[in-house]
Amino acid sequence: MTARVITITSGKGGVGKTTITANLGVALALHGRRVVVIDADVGLRNLDVMLGLENRIVYDLVDVIEGRCRLRQAMVRDKRLPELFLLPAAQTRDKSAVQPADMVRICDELREQHDFVLIDSPAGIEQGFRYAAAPADAILVVTNPEIAAVRDADRVIGLLEADEHGPVRLIINRIRPDLVRRGEMLSVSDVVELLAVDLVGIVPEDKAIISAANRGEPLAFSRDSSQAGIAFHNIARRLMGENVPFMPLREPGMLQRIFGLTRSGGDQQ
Amino acid sequence: MKALKRFLGGSEAESPSGAIARERLRLVLAHDRTSISPALLETLKDEIIAVISKHVAIDASDVRVTFSQTARESRLVADIPLLNPRKRATTQE
Repeated sequence: MTARVITITSGKGGVGKTTITANLGVALALHGRRVVVIDADVGLRNLDVMLGLENRIVYDLVDVIEGRCRLRQAMVRDKRLPELFLLPAAQTRDKSAVQPADMVRICDELREQHDFVLIDSPAGIEQGFRYAAAPADAILVVTNPEIAAVRDADRVIGLLEADEHGPVRLIINRIRPDLVRRGEMLSVSDVVELLAVDLVGIVPEDKAIISAANRGEPLAFSRDSSQAGIAFHNIARRLMGENVPFMPLREPGMLQRIFGLTRSGGDQQ
Repeated sequence: MKALKRFLGGSEAESPSGAIARERLRLVLAHDRTSISPALLETLKDEIIAVISKHVAIDASDVRVTFSQTARESRLVADIPLLNPRKRATTQE
């Protein structure tokens, strides 16, 4: 068995890398795949809280690199999903503690016994991004349909293409169909056309994401309960090689539309 | 009326900000990808005019130097109108 190593990155912070990594990890594990998610954001670890595993950490990525423990000892098994493991970031160190070669070595060790290794990259285009991308067989670039996020995504895509990592594919997160319909938000096709890379997922803005994060239970655990949850499962299936059509984006209900309408009608006068 | 149109299936408002964002991004990305700033573009234009004017008569006021963007490839496009020599001869008389 050889795992595919997939790095999730974005350039800009706050676009949803960690949420997406956590949910893809859960979704792939629910589909029976053996998954390791690696938090590469040394110094600012968060994947553990998104997954609800923060109380189970003993060792971390930097402990492995510096030889204080074996790789297996640092991996936290998710009790809800025995095929899902977390390799947490160190919280009291910084990114200079990790070199690209360290990530390559760790991933090579993980490849033998897993199907997917997902790496949650830090924001930015500096060292953290470099070591997170180093072992990747494929890269997922996450963006939001707004100017700053798309611009930063473009920078990252340019850097990745120059470095010749695996294929780069795009996830558009937090899209709001109601705003797109009114022309007040970049559409999926706008973003895809501007960035000129293949699309692998569209995740609609979903209030349920917040309570999921509050609880440490990624939405993907209940696969049909929310729009975003369905979107995460669709992306996971695409990563497994299935051909899954993009789901139609559901808009807010008619009542909300009418309220929106009267309000905007008033603005125009 | 605009509200009605919007309600019935979404033709756009007068200046939807999404379209503005798209156009702004198109320019910003073109500059980011090539690391050619608008100021450099202006310099290039001036120097292109100077070089070409040495050899042929051109309409310097109508020269345009722009980016064209196809997929992930950018190119610099110079549109340089030549002055029609005969026309110029007649206007000079």
